[in-house]
Amino acid sequence: MKIINDIGIIIGISLMYAAPLIFTSLGGVMSENAGVVNIGLEGMMTIGAFVGAAVAYFTKNPWIGFIAAGLAGGGLAILHAVACVTFVADHVVSGIAMNFIGPGLALFLCKVFFDGAAMTIPLDLNHKIPRPLNGILPPDTFLNSVFNQYATVYIAFILVLIVWFLLYKTKVGLRIRAVGEHPKAADTLGVNVYKMKYLAVILSGVFAGFGGAALSTAVVSNYRVSLISGQGFIALAAMIFGNWKPQGAMWGCLLFGAAQGLVVYLGGTSLKVSSQILAMIPYVITLITLIIFVGEASGPAANGLPYEKNQD
Amino acid sequence: MKRNRLVMTLISILFGLIVGAIALLIAGFNPLEAYGVMLKGVFGKPKYISWTIIRSTPLILTGLSVAFAFRTGLFNIGAEGQFIIGSLVTTLVGYFIKLPPIIHPIVAILAGCLAGALWAGFAGFLKSKFGINEVITTIMLNWIALYFSNFIVFTDKFKRPNKEASYKILESAHINILEKWKTSEVGKAFLKNNDFLKDFLNPPVNYGFIIAILVAILIWYILKHTTLGYQLRAVGFNKDAAEYGGIDVKKNIVISMMIAGALSGLAGAVQVLGVSKETAILVMMEGYGFDGIAVSLIAGNNPLSCIPAALLFGGLKYGGSKLQPTIGAPFEVINIIIGIIVFFIAMPKLTEIITSIKGRKRGGKVENNK
Repeated sequence: MKIINDIGIIIGISLMYAAPLIFTSLGGVMSENAGVVNIGLEGMMTIGAFVGAAVAYFTKNPWIGFIAAGLAGGGLAILHAVACVTFVADHVVSGIAMNFIGPGLALFLCKVFFDGAAMTIPLDLNHKIPRPLNGILPPDTFLNSVFNQYATVYIAFILVLIVWFLLYKTKVGLRIRAVGEHPKAADTLGVNVYKMKYLAVILSGVFAGFGGAALSTAVVSNYRVSLISGQGFIALAAMIFGNWKPQGAMWGCLLFGAAQGLVVYLGGTSLKVSSQILAMIPYVITLITLIIFVGEASGPAANGLPYEKNQD
Repeated sequence: MKRNRLVMTLISILFGLIVGAIALLIAGFNPLEAYGVMLKGVFGKPKYISWTIIRSTPLILTGLSVAFAFRTGLFNIGAEGQFIIGSLVTTLVGYFIKLPPIIHPIVAILAGCLAGALWAGFAGFLKSKFGINEVITTIMLNWIALYFSNFIVFTDKFKRPNKEASYKILESAHINILEKWKTSEVGKAFLKNNDFLKDFLNPPVNYGFIIAILVAILIWYILKHTTLGYQLRAVGFNKDAAEYGGIDVKKNIVISMMIAGALSGLAGAVQVLGVSKETAILVMMEGYGFDGIAVSLIAGNNPLSCIPAALLFGGLKYGGSKLQPTIGAPFEVINIIIGIIVFFIAMPKLTEIITSIKGRKRGGKVENNK
């Protein structure tokens, strides 16, 4: 049953590539549902990727690295929140600043801590994020290809559920969404608009940081300059694709991951297609899917608008 | 208001340099020494000045591209891809088509602009026809452009053997200033007695900078003094009101993206014809487009201000490139500085508060802007 095995391999690769995007995309969902556009996801993801890999290397514990990555992403997000929420900055401008500061700081620190090298020292295999089902499933089977994943893949999907539950089933979630839709009304009803926005933006950075670490400590085993290049933007696109909903963003990331999985699989076969054309496929598929299925997308009503309490 | 904007920008730059100094200090470098190295790296020799100008030229144009789109209500994050496509097509025309000098570069530049315009116009079309957010489409198109360019460069007739790049363009397409004269007997004899000029002309000085300045003025004029500019700005300011006023919003979105794309394509074209002379195989984005976003923001989306903003940016980047070889400080401190500058530019409210505190200390009246 080679074909079923092959399909399993493609699904497995897809899930592995989708996981970092899902974390980051959920970050976008949090922030933008509270009305703060976060184009800085790329920067937050990059700092997370570096801190995750570096801390995991020094502590020899991937989980401490993973948590540290979240804190680093969240730390950068505090800057974004201060600008956008407290000082009513233009969200896009501040986000662009994040995309200079995050990658700049990551590489700066990398060179400081790793003797001028532009990458961290690769983690030993047993210091990477573990695969919980490794060795339990029979090798070379469909099930093994699909489910023998890094723990971060499972966490990503659990986080989709958590974010969905948080946003749609809890009081805090309702408040966050209210703040994103109509901050004035929420304020009138006694919701602390600023607090909700801060909470959402910081969580957004934490998730993006996780996303970076899910790449640098699981998919590969170190941080390097070209590691993130553009993934944060793809996560952002996936979030818009998914209509600003956690489950939608997940599907967007899975679509992109699946295209990536197909490319990796095709690259390994004897098929004679230029590697450059193959590399293009995920982006083309995303574009075509957008044209066919999505069309006019609009986020939360007050997304991107500054909110000042005393304004008329 | 305009003066405020300038003061605010200068304060932001100051903050950027302060934060950069702190980062250097923590990392164990002497910030004053580092900034000294950078200053010397930009102004120390005539050829450093010309390198700074050469580095800034494409940034003026990508900055204009982003600024133009911003002014018309669009976020052109795709300047990067339009730049790539513009350089690719310019290189193709510069290498495969044989034309006399002067005509050759003009044709190559126009081809690059057209390619960038069509590439961006596609995103504009998708937005106006299907309502798809231009941010996503241009991000996707950036990557498609990168791999497409690599694919073309990898073809047998175009790829230079043993090089990760295309063939060099023909000499007739070059746009370098006094290129032939520099190496002629007369030129050599003249430059022998003129050290400043000799050093200044040593790097590939080209007409790109002049083109960029003229185009900045043109874009400023279009936005400010033409019906087209008025319509585009109206769409950017309030889409619904513009539509009510009888402006064809959908058409304007496409036109605006096409002009923005032509500008980024032009940036790629002058970079190829004046500096690189080839299209390299790219492993990752070079960042001309993303840097253009920062230039546009520092310039407050004003076309004319894009010139000093790009010079500042180009100066920081070129001067910063001297840090690593001289004192071993990571070059990336430049990106931190630029990020902090943009960060403070994003917060006019904060800088307003800071300037008003200063005003109060002097006992002067506090200006109330709102």
